[in-house]
Amino acid sequence: MIRAPRRTALPATLLIPAVLAGLASLAPLAYLIDVALNRGLVYVWDEIWRERTLRLVARSLALAAAVTAVSVLIAVPSAWVVTRTTLRGRHIWRVVLALPLAIPSYLAAFAWVSWRPTLAGFWGAFLVLTIASYPYVFLPATAAFSRLDPALDELATIHHRGGVVRLIMFSAQQARGSIAAGALLVALYVLSDFGAVATMRFDAFTWVIYGAYRAGFNPSRAAVLALILVILAVILIVSEAAVRGRAVATMTSRSMHRPLRIRLGSSEIIFHLVLSAIVAVALAFPIWRVLVWVTRYGSDQSFTDVAIALWGSVRYSLMAALVTVLVALPIGILAGKYRSAMSSAIAGSTYVTHALPGIVVAISMVFIGVRLLPSWYLEAPLLVLAYVVLFLPVAVSGIRSIVSQIPPQLDDVARSLGSSPLQTVRRVSLPLILPGIAASTALVLLAAMKELPVTMLLRPTGTETLATRLWTQTTVSDYAAAGPYALALIIFVALPTALATIRS
Amino acid sequence: MFARSIRPAALTLTAVLALAACGGDSDSTSTTPAPSPDSTSSETSEPSPAADPCAEASGSVTVYSGRSEALVADLYTQFTTDTGVTVEVRYGDSGELAGQILTEGSSSPADVFFSQDAGALGAVAQAGLFTTLAESTLDRIPVEFRSQDDLWIGTSGRVRVLVYNPTLVDTPPTTIDELLDPSWKGRIGFAPTNASWQSFVTALRVIRGDDAARQWLEAFAANTPVPFEKNAALRDGVNDGQVAIGLTNHYYLYEKIAAEGADTVVAQNQYLAPGDVGGLINVAGVGVIGNTDNAPGAQCLVSYLAGDVAQEYFATRSFEYPLARGTSADEVLPEIESLDPPVLDLSDLSSIAETQELLADVGLLTL
Repeated sequence: MIRAPRRTALPATLLIPAVLAGLASLAPLAYLIDVALNRGLVYVWDEIWRERTLRLVARSLALAAAVTAVSVLIAVPSAWVVTRTTLRGRHIWRVVLALPLAIPSYLAAFAWVSWRPTLAGFWGAFLVLTIASYPYVFLPATAAFSRLDPALDELATIHHRGGVVRLIMFSAQQARGSIAAGALLVALYVLSDFGAVATMRFDAFTWVIYGAYRAGFNPSRAAVLALILVILAVILIVSEAAVRGRAVATMTSRSMHRPLRIRLGSSEIIFHLVLSAIVAVALAFPIWRVLVWVTRYGSDQSFTDVAIALWGSVRYSLMAALVTVLVALPIGILAGKYRSAMSSAIAGSTYVTHALPGIVVAISMVFIGVRLLPSWYLEAPLLVLAYVVLFLPVAVSGIRSIVSQIPPQLDDVARSLGSSPLQTVRRVSLPLILPGIAASTALVLLAAMKELPVTMLLRPTGTETLATRLWTQTTVSDYAAAGPYALALIIFVALPTALATIRS
Repeated sequence: MFARSIRPAALTLTAVLALAACGGDSDSTSTTPAPSPDSTSSETSEPSPAADPCAEASGSVTVYSGRSEALVADLYTQFTTDTGVTVEVRYGDSGELAGQILTEGSSSPADVFFSQDAGALGAVAQAGLFTTLAESTLDRIPVEFRSQDDLWIGTSGRVRVLVYNPTLVDTPPTTIDELLDPSWKGRIGFAPTNASWQSFVTALRVIRGDDAARQWLEAFAANTPVPFEKNAALRDGVNDGQVAIGLTNHYYLYEKIAAEGADTVVAQNQYLAPGDVGGLINVAGVGVIGNTDNAPGAQCLVSYLAGDVAQEYFATRSFEYPLARGTSADEVLPEIESLDPPVLDLSDLSSIAETQELLADVGLLTL
């Protein structure tokens, strides 16, 4: 009835920080364009249409499509069964299914390929990236499912007369905004992941770009390839917006009540088996491998070394998580609440960097940082800034999807009762989106602790993190030395994942 | 035999380190290191302060270290003990650190770049980011193992060899051209992304010319060589009989023997015929970044790495060849004088981009 507020001008208190954050996210892009054009437009054009570039695009897209499709197929039914049914142990399942997020892709890849070297190549990369990234769909899907109006399920049950698949499809339909956002993250994750494809020797974009930057010293080709990757990301973002469409806000006052749960009956055992299989492949296997390394090879790493590396990881990642969510809040609120070209553009700009491989963001930040922010260079602030740029989409996506589920009428009511816009945000919107904020903070914290290339290039000189230590040892296949760091990474990243999942 | 040989080497290192420590103690008024290049060089018995790069050195030096922490951390600590100059180390991959220095340009916070291979040093030198090294340091290293423009020195050498499995190969080849024989089809291993392999291909290009190099590579590719991720995996593949022979560096075999014992390791090294491109000696080396804000400290560290303590350290820790005059390698290795590698200016190994293009063209590398 009252739809006017959605069309009004965007509040400046939200807009200004959002624009700034969007611009910071675009800075690496400016650097890439500059480097690509170093050799002239003709070079760029020729490079794009070379056969090996086109093949590279095809290879990378095939991997992204396969991983995204299977991730959605794994994540949506899993999320549904742990939130909408009476499945025994659903609270534990819900936690455990999110945990693979904690396993760094390079660790999982190394666990698999060191066990069966023949896995190297497309299927190895596909396997590792799927188990590493399906939680990006699982988490927003569980969040959205648990907020669905239970009356909808009652309705569906009545109309469709049961049928688990139909029920899942029906719920997925309602939560398609969140699922699409998660699927977008998976696709972008695949395109930008470095560790898995490098370890699996699959020549995807990131591996090739890294090669061109590295000993090849061919920054122009690397920049051209990175720009192609950005274009692919933009296409993904646009299509995701189309899927999201005009998602109905289904969160009502009743959503706050305990939802009615569906009894699974005989199919419960099948769900238990399937979920067990997922957890075995995604979680138990890499952990088992790490334990084998630690026990079989023993360790000459002192406890102090591991503790110091852990402190390095925690310190920088925590700073990154807090700053990122602070920056993401205005963007997420703008994008979720006010539909306009401007807000979409700002949210979209943060997504763009998510398609840039960490190694490219890292080198961009080296170039920009050493020139524009010399006193921050190779110090904590620049590292945190790079993390913010890298992980802003994770936080924005979470906040935006939760904000968009708040019916706009709530704001109108608050405003009509005399609240100022800021008071409305504080007293109405914030309490409702707090779970989303907590989840986003946790996601960024974990992502930063796992992150490798940016940490490698921008960490303050002389400091190490669990990720850089582990990577160094795995590149020389030193299982003995890698074990303790891998174990620490699993324990200290998995633990907060569990806590975050339980609380949200 | 091997077990016997490693012990004297370790003892020698201990002795040298002890000597260095004593030298530091007896000379408590200054921070002059005991094993400065001049203290062992024959032509000057009384080194003048100007000739000793460490005489004025103090403060802190930032090193971008492409050599791993496991290998060189103890050496940096010893350097600080001996000279009083503290070291801040940034460990990483040599190519990546070179990329970082090139990207940082003239604002690089690095004072010293210690690289795993000559190609990365050549690239930084070509970008004009190195400064000339102290003469006394340069004098320590034979001219074939350092930059012709005095911008970097090699600190240790690694020889390209053929590692082979004697149960699968009766008489290993001694030239790379023999590997093109169809009898080797599918039996050769190589590490396509490895910097040492690519440096060998660069050497092939430099010595034989681009066309002849392409011919060799096409014939090599026609023999369907088996790619390995790393040299260590390649060595293990040869040892396990997965492939019969592999192109790699000499020390990977000795590392495996040291870790697992001579009895269990089957594989052996075949050094190449005199002058054969396949027997290239590449170096790990070091240079001083041009805009360093601690030139004395940086020059001191580089001279230290060419000095006796460091040279002995490389010889015993990593089975590499020490390069300074008057030093000798671990006794399990053939003497460096007996090797007769191809003649080549190591600075020319920096054209890695062209090498990678060529490798991609012939299908031996995906770009």
